This record gives sequence, structure tokens and C-alpha cells, in this order.
Amino acid sequence: MKNTIALILGSLFGLILVKAEVLSWFRIQEMFAFQSFHMYGIIGSAIAVGALSVWLIRTFKVKSLEGNLIELNDKAPRYTSAYVGGTVFGLGWAMTGACPGPMYALIGSGTTIMVLAVVAGVLGVLTYAALRDKLPH
Amino acid sequence: MNSLVEWISQPWPWYVAGPIIGLMVPLHLILLNRTFGISSTFRHVCAACIPSKLDFLNYDWKAESWNLVFAVGILIGSFLAAAYFSTGEPIALSEAAVARMQEFGIQDMSGQHPADIFSWDHIGEWRTLLFVILGGFLVGFGTRYAGGCTSGHAIMGLSHFQLPSFVAVLGFFTGGLIMSWLILPLILS
Repeated sequence: MKNTIALILGSLFGLILVKAEVLSWFRIQEMFAFQSFHMYGIIGSAIAVGALSVWLIRTFKVKSLEGNLIELNDKAPRYTSAYVGGTVFGLGWAMTGACPGPMYALIGSGTTIMVLAVVAGVLGVLTYAALRDKLPH
Repeated sequence: MNSLVEWISQPWPWYVAGPIIGLMVPLHLILLNRTFGISSTFRHVCAACIPSKLDFLNYDWKAESWNLVFAVGILIGSFLAAAYFSTGEPIALSEAAVARMQEFGIQDMSGQHPADIFSWDHIGEWRTLLFVILGGFLVGFGTRYAGGCTSGHAIMGLSHFQLPSFVAVLGFFTGGLIMSWLILPLILS
């Protein structure tokens, strides 16, 4: 059941990433050069809808499909890793023109060379896992 | 029916796409009782495929296999979008962006990504390897170090006002602006 739902949600998400051109390297460059409102409008309105939803879920104590109360854990208060790691990700985002979701969507929609970006990303995780104890968080 | 397909096939404006992406937050919480996030899939793949004794990779990734199924869904949805619901028109970039791309020497703006960099035909070129492999590596390393990506931090995290997510988004833009303004012009010129 969970997997069926995840498959449907993922398909919808993949469709939107293509239709809204979020997966485009050109759109990402345009965003970082502040030359269009498009990406800011998408991310901003997504956060607005997300925040309103979280507020409604909390206010009305909405339960999940399985009948459990929905719990939202706070993110770990690690600010050095959030900023430095975020900066490393930002460098890669502007280079590949894609964050992880769009990488999958690029593969699906025909820019199959991005398979190599995903493989490199997995090796990036491995490198982080190996260095984790030595990095400031 | 045809007109519906035609309508879907047009590029979607931000005010249609953005709110639907935002709905991923409650859909994950209510239907899956999980938070929205995609970069963790890289960690699950790493834990599943690369045997190691590292603490960070020894966890029950199978319990999060729904996340990998979500990624498979992205592959399917994006394939369908490109194959059946697309006009094939180039992306309607702003004039300023087109001019900047031309300054970078990028002529082919017909696809989603510049075909003269992101294609198998150019796999032997250092520029392509740098953009795809180094870029991908930085995305994988950075998202795990930061604890999330655009979906997990920017959309999910900011939706419930997490300060670490705000700091992470500042980092995303620090890195993105440095790359876009200082490093890319050097690589592309």
C-alpha cells in the first residue's frame, strides 16, 4: 500500500518537474542570475502551501491514513553542517542544474547522462559517511 | 479529451506547479506518515549497494524503501511527461537569460539542459565530466552533510519553520551564486 502510494506521488512529482521546467539547467542559471521570477514563484508558492498544510494538520490534529497522529520532528540544530553542507550542495546544484529530484526526472525524460550524476552523488554520500566524524557539525 | 491533453502539454506556469509541489508536504504526511525529501534516496542506494562498516550507512534502509519507490515514480512521471505531454518547444527563458547563455558560448537552447555539455556525445570532454560527475558528487556530499536538499530543507523544512533549514537554504544560495557568477564563467569561457 505504502509503495503504491509512493509510486503514484512520485509519478505526479516527476510530471510536474518536467511540466514546470524545474529540471532545466537553463532555469537554474536564470534563477541564480535573478533573471526571472519563475523558480522563485514555484519554490515560494510550494512553501506557502506546505506551511498552510502543516498548520492545518497541527491545528486539527489530522491523523495519517494508518490512523496515527502525524508527528513532525524538529531538524537537528546543527548550523555549521547546515550552512557548509548547504553551500557544497549549492555549488553542485548550479553545476549540474539539478537537485536530486530533477536528476531522476532528467533521466526519465531523456537526459540519460544524469545517471552518472546520481552515481557520483551516491559516491558523495559514501565520502561523507567516511569523513563524518572529522567534519564540524 | 484532446483539448485536455493539449492543455496539459503546455508548460505549466509557476502558480500552478508551485502549489502542487507544496501539496507533496501534506500528501506525504497524511498518506505515508513520512516527511517529504528526496536526497535521502542517495543514502539508501549507498547503504543498499556498497557494503561498509561505516555507522552512517548501517541502518534499516529497507524501512525507507518507499522513498526509493517514490524515485522510481519520478522516472515514470517524467518519462510520460516528455513522451506524451510535451510540446517539444524550447524553454521560454527571459531575454536576459538567453543573452547570458550566449555570452557563455551556449548556442543550443532547444532542450532542458544544454546538449553540448550534458549528452553522451560529449562524454570524453573534461567539461562534461566536470559538470556531471563533480557536480553530482557535490550534490550527494552536500545534501548529506546539510541533512537535506531543496525538497527536504527548502520546502519541507521551511514549511514547519525549521531554523536549520533556513540556514541550509542560505548555504544553497551561497554555493549556487558562487558557482553561477564566479566559477561557471571561468569554466565556460
